[in-house]
Amino acid sequence: MPRKPTTRTRANSSNGANSQAKLPKGLKASDLVDYYTRLVQARSLDERIWMLNRLGKVPIAASSQGHEAAQLGSLLAAEKDGDCFLFPYYRDLALKVAAGLSPVQVMMSFMGKAGDPYSHGRQFPLQGADLPHKIIQISNVVAAGLTQSVGYALACRMAGDETVVLVYFGDGATSQGETHEAMNFASIHKLPVIFICENNRYAISTPQSAQMVVEEVASRAASYGFPGFTVDGMDLIQCYEATREAITHARAQGPVLLEMMVKRFMSHTTDDDDRRYRPEGEVERARERDPVITFARTLIEEGMLTQKMVDEIAAETLRSTDEATDVADVSSPPDASNLHDSVYSP
Amino acid sequence: MAVKSVIEAVREAIREEMERDSKVFVIGEDVGIRGGVFLATQGLAEEFGNNRVIDAPLAEASIMGIALGAAFRGMRPIPEVQFSDFVWPSVNQLIGEAARTCYGTNGAVPVPMVIRMPYGGGIRGGLFHSQNVETHFFHTPGLKVVAPCTPYDAKGLLKSAIRDNNPVVFLEHKKTYRLVRGEVPDEEYTLPIGKADVKRQGSNLTVVSYGLTLHYCLEAAEELAAEGVDVEVLDLRTLSPLDTATILESVKKTGRLAVVHEDNITGGVGAEVAALAAGQAFEYLDAPIARICGPDVPTMPFAQTLEDAYMPTSDKIAEGLRRLAAY
Ligand SMILES: Cc1ncc(C[n+]2csc(CCOP(=O)(O)OP(=O)(O)O)c2C)c(N)n1
Ligand SMILES: [Mg+2]
Repeated sequence: MPRKPTTRTRANSSNGANSQAKLPKGLKASDLVDYYTRLVQARSLDERIWMLNRLGKVPIAASSQGHEAAQLGSLLAAEKDGDCFLFPYYRDLALKVAAGLSPVQVMMSFMGKAGDPYSHGRQFPLQGADLPHKIIQISNVVAAGLTQSVGYALACRMAGDETVVLVYFGDGATSQGETHEAMNFASIHKLPVIFICENNRYAISTPQSAQMVVEEVASRAASYGFPGFTVDGMDLIQCYEATREAITHARAQGPVLLEMMVKRFMSHTTDDDDRRYRPEGEVERARERDPVITFARTLIEEGMLTQKMVDEIAAETLRSTDEATDVADVSSPPDASNLHDSVYSP
Repeated sequence: MAVKSVIEAVREAIREEMERDSKVFVIGEDVGIRGGVFLATQGLAEEFGNNRVIDAPLAEASIMGIALGAAFRGMRPIPEVQFSDFVWPSVNQLIGEAARTCYGTNGAVPVPMVIRMPYGGGIRGGLFHSQNVETHFFHTPGLKVVAPCTPYDAKGLLKSAIRDNNPVVFLEHKKTYRLVRGEVPDEEYTLPIGKADVKRQGSNLTVVSYGLTLHYCLEAAEELAAEGVDVEVLDLRTLSPLDTATILESVKKTGRLAVVHEDNITGGVGAEVAALAAGQAFEYLDAPIARICGPDVPTMPFAQTLEDAYMPTSDKIAEGLRRLAAY
């Protein structure tokens, strides 16, 4: 890998050969159809959750709409590798859903029900740990997961594992001192950590220009002596390929910083109203590159999907979302006696 | 049995546990080649290698966060905070994250780590090398807080802390490091976390303390013994979880309670002990509860006169106990 931060473009994107020839390395057509389905399921749940917030059934939510290609592209690479551990952040709804939770579990978590797989209803939705899917996210304190992920990678090395750790954060989180500390330590010890910055150019209302003077977060990697790349975070396959290469590099040589340029389609959270600070038309223009639409278009063009299949997937995922909503809605909240459990570990 | 210093006891405990369990490792500033600024980890890098005695960059937040992340993966890290005064940059990882991890994952992610900190004053350390930080951790559910004052307790409790599956803040009073010596068994032993120790039996009044001031309490008790007042001195050893049973038992026996600590008086450990006695042993009390503690100034100052004025010395403690006995 070159040391200099570069802007990558997707290889072979306009190559007119048959679909097999155009498949990214390590993937089958069925992988992409599967990931498209997961993407649509995540989007469907994400949209429903906002609706449920307005109905008073979900206290708070942060949407991943517009970030899904980055989240699922990197997840796909991690899954294909088979030995990765993830430290996501609060905006990684699609990542956490696609990593293997059922729609019912997702809805339970958002409604604060006993069936919440992350924290049993103690934390904000999908926050805590989902160890079966190799995920830890203790808090939503921005950048707190970075040093933890580095420590996790250190422990994996001590235990003789080959695990690569992927840690996710926003552009705003790069201003925290711990982001520097984490990258510095990871580079000193050449730990297999991939720092994935989902750069949507906003931290709530604060634009990137008020957060830093550099154009590309990835350029900061140079100061730690490891490679940094900026990729198109709206392109799932590009994110897959970049992460795949980063995993190989991380395992052999140490950290990589991947900056994935994404668009936040929704307000910061259900409690925010972005019309106060976003220029009119910005979101509409961003949605022209909605990964749900562009990914479907690519797969249809390449003969992996038909419009009929797209319609079926949409109907099927919507049905799952409906069902999950109903099941979670009538499921039990945690018993009040649970309040005192697990303050300490035995 | 051999007579050892507190620092020797600490070093032995770490060494033995590192030998016993390959998951135990040390991370901190200058802990490797130099063996720590107080030499608590002297010789360990040579014995166990730089991979298990890690000289960290000078950045406390990451020392704590990295230790925590390693604990997620089942290691048993011992992060050292060079002086307790420098824990503040790492407090988000400690109070914010580590203390909440088990609870916030509904028990799925235990945090087996021991945060060692030399703390406390009386050594002309001024505002930034004398701090008593215990109240902040004492107040935090999810953390255990241990503050031994003898070599025997330090070794036995540190070994237990390292084997515990929770974040344990292990406070080592700097002034006791070389000043306090005592017998330490040659054979393997551990001491239970959460158990106070009656360091001196007595019948007229109970004084509860921990750390350096525990020794000052023992001196004061001797003074009062000469005056015919029989003082029971109770060493908390563990601040969290607090050994409420032993405190109440002693208070019910003597009917008089004084709490002594170097940390600031307001909202300190002593306030909690006093509330415990007032709430659960009210009928047994023959006198108002006395608190003989550090005053509410930010820390013990540098100048000798000011440091002395701050410190609850044995004279000040004796004076307070005399008043309590006479009530
Ligand atoms: C340490 C800390 N300070 C403040 C907040 C409140 N907060 C939550 S998200 C956020 C903005 C984060 O922006 P960014 O890192 O770019 O992530 P994005 O939400 O854009 O994905 C702020 C200020 C927080 N969670 N943590
Ligand atoms: Mg952002």
